[in-house]
Amino acid sequence: MSLLSEMNEKALALGIPLSVHLDLTYRCNERCIHCYLDHDDHGEMTTAEIEDVLTQLAEAGVFFLTFSGGEVLLRRDFFQLVEYARRRLFNLKIKTNGVMIGGKEARRLRELGVEQVQLSVYSHRPEVHDAITKLPGSLNRTVEAIRRLKSYGLKVTIANVLMTANSFDNAGVIALADELGAFYTVDPTVTPKIDGSLSPLALRIPGHELHRVFRDPQLVPNVEEFCAPPPSPGEDVLDGYPCSAGHTACYISPYGDVFPCVQFPLPTGNLRRQRFLDIWQGSPQMAEVRSIRAKDLDTCPSCAHLGTCTRCPGLAYMEGNMRGPSTADCEKSLQRTGIPAASMTAGRLQRQPALVQIQLLA
Amino acid sequence: MGETYIARSTAIAARMIGGEMMIMSAVDSTFFTLNEVGTLIWQSADGQTPLSEIVSQRICEDFDVTPEEAQRDAEQFVAELSQHDILLVSDQPMAGATGSAPPTP
Repeated sequence: MSLLSEMNEKALALGIPLSVHLDLTYRCNERCIHCYLDHDDHGEMTTAEIEDVLTQLAEAGVFFLTFSGGEVLLRRDFFQLVEYARRRLFNLKIKTNGVMIGGKEARRLRELGVEQVQLSVYSHRPEVHDAITKLPGSLNRTVEAIRRLKSYGLKVTIANVLMTANSFDNAGVIALADELGAFYTVDPTVTPKIDGSLSPLALRIPGHELHRVFRDPQLVPNVEEFCAPPPSPGEDVLDGYPCSAGHTACYISPYGDVFPCVQFPLPTGNLRRQRFLDIWQGSPQMAEVRSIRAKDLDTCPSCAHLGTCTRCPGLAYMEGNMRGPSTADCEKSLQRTGIPAASMTAGRLQRQPALVQIQLLA
Repeated sequence: MGETYIARSTAIAARMIGGEMMIMSAVDSTFFTLNEVGTLIWQSADGQTPLSEIVSQRICEDFDVTPEEAQRDAEQFVAELSQHDILLVSDQPMAGATGSAPPTP
């Protein structure tokens, strides 16, 4: 077991939130066609409020902190918040589109000890990338930002979300990442909007495209192993929990709302009214999320994929039942192995999922 | 032989988890967890207190170890962490060289 896995186990046993994703703003200078956010400002936390939250997170034991958005550099106090976070010794990762990162900004991020910067690149072709971001010239500006960040020695990751508009461009983005000296990560999942709207789902790549993605040796190191039929789940799998959401990780919105994960919009409390640890330790919603084991799920315990499925409880929640299947992951399991998920044979996927409407606490 | 002064680097991430200090270097992303003695040395690394004093007054006081053994182990520990820029080492006191120690949950 790696040191990091050991610390994860320890954090889980002690109830410590090891990782927090904090969106500083939902405002953005791009309008990505698949984005799950509403970009209006409904009353973001002030500088002082965020600094207080960061102090509370450090005291709660948070180690991995991600500043994301929206576009984080649209906040005038962005570097003040980065400096504040680094003084509290968080391992800080920044997600940005990079279009506002010039040489001065890149140098400052390096000086402040930011661990990693992640930027989304949808295609190596400007006409495709810019059509997704709806910002002319954005690919060029993002690539220039990556060059600047790399020139100051920062670790850079290119995140490549695959959707209908760019599903064949992953090889080009991988080559671009290689040329730039950046890490590459791919995600074929487009999610519903945080307010429950299904509109982005029309952009999801179809099943036969997923089938191709899962067999691309550039994306999957061991295709044979990855696409093999799943082994029978053991007792440890049945007693396991689905992911770190609400267990060792959570998400905080720019308005102070706390959720189990950025993809799991179950309101658990608000930092303008409550202390972070009171929410983390005392929220009934967090307790409910933590209580769910694989054996407690509605359809999944009888599914052949239970032990290897990437089931997202947040996506299941957005489909109306946090104990139900996440149909996007059922489709992935099918395309990966050729074996239908239990929800498919039960006919669940033929029904239109009833999305929950997100009722924010604020 | 002159004194050795040690200071915590600010180019790291650190947090105390369940009695162990976890530290990651922002320079090379090396990940460490420090045991109780290592944590004590790291927390004492204020750039002002000589390593010999940290060993004699904090480690030998609290742990069943000879001064010679403790000094040798501490020097080895400091050398390893300094290779990853987690500790700064000088033969003179370092003013304002260190960030605050992380809080304990």
